[in-house]
Amino acid sequence: MPKKKSDSTPIAKNRKTRKLHLRLYVAGQTPRSAAALTNLRQVCEERVPGKYEIEVIDLLKKPQLASGDQILAVPTLVRSLPQPIRKIIGDLSNKEKLLIGLDIA
Amino acid sequence: MARNVNTSNRPGSKRELPKTPTGIAGFDEITSGGLPKGRPALICGAAGCGKTLFAAEFLVRGARQFNEAGVFMAFEETAEELTRNVASLGFDLNELVRQKKLLVDYVHIERSEIQETGEFDLEGLFIRLNHAIDAIGAKRVVLDTLEALFSALPNELILRAELRRLFRWLKDKGVTAVITAERGQGALTRYGLEEYVADCVVLLDNRVVDQISTRRLRVVKYRGSFHGGNEYPFLIGEDGISVLPVTSLGLTHEVSAQHISSGIARLDTMLGGKGFYRGSSILISGTAGSGKSTLSANFVAAACKRKERCLYLAFEESPSQIIRNMKSVGIELENAVQQGLLKFHASRPTYQGLEMHLVRIHDAVRKFKPQVVVFDPLTNLNEVGSEREVKAMLTRLLDFLKMSQITAMFTSLTSGGANLDQSEVGVSSLMDTWFIVRNLESSGERNRALYILKSRGQPHSNQVREFVLSRKGLDLLDVYVSEGQVKVGSEKIVEQARDREKALLAREQAEVRNLNLARYRKTISAQIEALKAELETREAEARVEFATEKQRANNLGQAQQMMNRHRLADKKDQ
Repeated sequence: MPKKKSDSTPIAKNRKTRKLHLRLYVAGQTPRSAAALTNLRQVCEERVPGKYEIEVIDLLKKPQLASGDQILAVPTLVRSLPQPIRKIIGDLSNKEKLLIGLDIA
Repeated sequence: MARNVNTSNRPGSKRELPKTPTGIAGFDEITSGGLPKGRPALICGAAGCGKTLFAAEFLVRGARQFNEAGVFMAFEETAEELTRNVASLGFDLNELVRQKKLLVDYVHIERSEIQETGEFDLEGLFIRLNHAIDAIGAKRVVLDTLEALFSALPNELILRAELRRLFRWLKDKGVTAVITAERGQGALTRYGLEEYVADCVVLLDNRVVDQISTRRLRVVKYRGSFHGGNEYPFLIGEDGISVLPVTSLGLTHEVSAQHISSGIARLDTMLGGKGFYRGSSILISGTAGSGKSTLSANFVAAACKRKERCLYLAFEESPSQIIRNMKSVGIELENAVQQGLLKFHASRPTYQGLEMHLVRIHDAVRKFKPQVVVFDPLTNLNEVGSEREVKAMLTRLLDFLKMSQITAMFTSLTSGGANLDQSEVGVSSLMDTWFIVRNLESSGERNRALYILKSRGQPHSNQVREFVLSRKGLDLLDVYVSEGQVKVGSEKIVEQARDREKALLAREQAEVRNLNLARYRKTISAQIEALKAELETREAEARVEFATEKQRANNLGQAQQMMNRHRLADKKDQ
């Protein structure tokens, strides 16, 4: 990842500058997964516009990926960067919790 | 181990559920076939009672014996840990994984990483499981321990709904699943999983009584199937779990009309000529040092000579001690051990609980497949269990041995002073043949005597026999009955001599009497002769006298005539 040049800078400062790497695990096109994606996009646009990447993984299509991030619940949002890994499960309808979960409050 | 379970004698066997055999020794017997096919079964129990091993063995045996692949979804242990843990039972998970007969999926959730926002479901788990099942075409699934989800996921309501869905899904998928769960307080499982798994619930337990721990297994529930409802002890041995199904056997064993020699020809004769029935149970009871072990060792030696396999369960002496001691009375056991015909199974009674002994004996019998089992001595088991427990254990052991047509000989020590007929652990009623060996003490020595108290289905001698141990082996001698008293040992010899003397004396006396009589007869006949001679003399004398008298009379008459003539008183010719 090329943007990781300023590794020595404190995380607190970094938070605003670094990109969020997000993976959203869903199982098929369910209303719940659609809601989760909508909620996630909305929050990210509001808080960290342009500084996030969302990868949507449909486990129905790629079931072998479930074990990598230890996915049980669906939808699960995994924040792989910045460390530490955080997992947020549910349709992300609770905005406050989502913000806390992503640590972008 | 994959035994064909005979269910034909059970009611309703035709309509019974299809089963998936677990291959776990004994378990398939008590459930008459295994776990319900295509359904989830719950294995619950407290920590450390063997749930994971049970589950792992279910998969390993499934793969090895029934060619059914399995998925192990581990929530608590990583694949490496699991592999290491079951390796001690000789299960090589890596090998099975390589053969694509097993797939271990470690599901790990860190509670601290997880935040819940809004609704979710466990589709991820379903997909993972489905993926794993399809990847190797699994027929068996283990979820160990599903309850880990309760601590990992925040919303219990959703979780419960999802679990319900999971079990339904497993059924639809048609896999036979084993779900393990921790034992809860006052309930079978901590989170009440038994609500969801309605078909089959097995409870494992590990109890410590008198500092001796015993693992037990109970089929709490088995919908639509016959199952033994008792608690069965089980053992986690060198090659997995083995459950003791004995109480489910009942009194249905077939009996044999074949005979088996006791090893002492004379004893066979006492038992109607041919010895014991094959598959019968024999009890030898007696006081200390009366030769019980020797009798049983002799029996074993004879069986080994006939090339039968014998299992010697020693609870008092070590095998080498038994071999040495028996050699001193001419019973050779060492060769049989080397030939693999005789196997010793020695353990201290207090080493483990009764149930454990029973399980180990079962195990040994199953592996060694003997025709003869000797249990020496029974009495020591009283140290680890009450009389009732010992009897219960023996009943089960006997049932098992009889089912397998194994002739079993038990020795039992009667403590001094106790009534000989009152068998120590009240087990005599279970036995088909019962000998008593006892010491007869008199004239400053002890001698061994043996008699048959009972022998079912056989005519048997009612005689007490003297029983001798010598360098040449065992033998039975006639006892000597003198004046209504049984005499044995040197007393017998003394008594025999005394009786011989008596007889001699009587004979001599009779001779003397005869002699006297003859002499008397001689005397009398001599007297008779003398008297006869005297009589003859007298008669002769009398005849002479008579003749003389007659002569005299004649002479007198002539003289008269002459005188008369002379006197001329008469006519001349008158």
